[in-house]
Amino acid sequence: MNNIFSVDSIRFIVLVLIQVLVCNNINFFGYINPYPYILFIALFPVKSNRVVFILASFLLGLTNDMFLDSGGIHAAACVFIAYVRPVILKFSFGTIYEHHTIKFASIAFGSKLTYITLLVTLHHIILFSLQVFSVSKIIFVLQKTLFSSMFTILLSMIITIIFSQKPK
Amino acid sequence: MQQIINFIIRNKNFLLFLLLFSISILFTIQSHSYHRSKFINSANFLSGGIYNSAHKISTYFNLKSQNQLLFEENKRLKSLLYNLENTGHFTYSDSLLLNKSYYFSNAQVIKNSYSATDNVLLINKGTNDSIQQDFGVITTKGIVGIVDKTSGNFANVISILNSTSSISAQLKKTSHYGSLTWDAKNPALVQLKDIPKIAKVLVGDTIVTSGQSSIFPKDIPIGVIENYNLDAAENYYEINVALFNDMTNLEYVYIIKNTNKPEITNLLNE
Repeated sequence: MNNIFSVDSIRFIVLVLIQVLVCNNINFFGYINPYPYILFIALFPVKSNRVVFILASFLLGLTNDMFLDSGGIHAAACVFIAYVRPVILKFSFGTIYEHHTIKFASIAFGSKLTYITLLVTLHHIILFSLQVFSVSKIIFVLQKTLFSSMFTILLSMIITIIFSQKPK
Repeated sequence: MQQIINFIIRNKNFLLFLLLFSISILFTIQSHSYHRSKFINSANFLSGGIYNSAHKISTYFNLKSQNQLLFEENKRLKSLLYNLENTGHFTYSDSLLLNKSYYFSNAQVIKNSYSATDNVLLINKGTNDSIQQDFGVITTKGIVGIVDKTSGNFANVISILNSTSSISAQLKKTSHYGSLTWDAKNPALVQLKDIPKIAKVLVGDTIVTSGQSSIFPKDIPIGVIENYNLDAAENYYEINVALFNDMTNLEYVYIIKNTNKPEITNLLNE
């Protein structure tokens, strides 16, 4: 248990630093940035206490907001996907989730892609609608969501594949 | 009573979610209103320190272009200095004798941002260098923004590329003035609104600050007119202005303090 906790704290710090120092300066085509920091939420242990999980996600979002001067948009999006994660887990992994035996390193590529796609898209829709904060610019929000989601999903899949331990 | 406690325990996840979500929405709404914003901001010890050390490394990569900019400005200032009419009679030994109304100090941008809709910069000077809220920030080429939150060593600057920013600007030629806003689409183009229909507007005309806001002095360059059209009511022009500044590679900036500002605000509030 202690081991898992320290792994998650290190992941928290490393992902925030990567996000703040590298990913926010990419500005592909002027405005497209990936947000791979939500891998922390995606890879958080399934069995853990939900109260701790939601609080940790809020803290993650708030740390990002502090660095990016963005009010509370990251915190809102993170808390939301942390709350709905069980539903997404059930949808993507079906019955395996019921038995609480998910190991993120050993699941099939297809269901992992579904899982990350759903999380990222939800997160980005909330993030950009709060950032733009105007109903009349809905097309702009959707456009930003689409491009940034593709970038984030690609980057997240690559990171999870590179850093996964092969089951022995 | 028992039931209420039971209800809270049963729904603790949802209630926690609701609480945290409303806190974040509150922060978001606050950050969208000008100058009452940012309970959470990057001008603090932790994020300022991290940005500062990262900037110490990245600053080496554009030394050459920044050098070129400073060189050009030096050239311009030299030509101003030697073409003054009464040259040779500068005997000021104390800068106080100049009785300046604007004081300049310099700073470096340690966090730049231009891809969001509300962009905020971070500079490496703060209250320890007597930087306060509402000081103007410019570069050698044009305006950058207005100082917002300050801490000991760092300050946030609300960039002109921010949907809440609105700066008074005018046509250099005819002195018709309007307010400068940004539509969050292109970091090289800002919008000048409320220029009356009667003004003669031409593509390529220069836009400068109007000096009405007591933040910026008059005649600081902003940009040139890219294109223009009348608004829906056909009373005012909406003008796209191409900025002189490249907002994507800001490095050295100047901060302007207007020493007459307390007097002006006092007078206006009476």
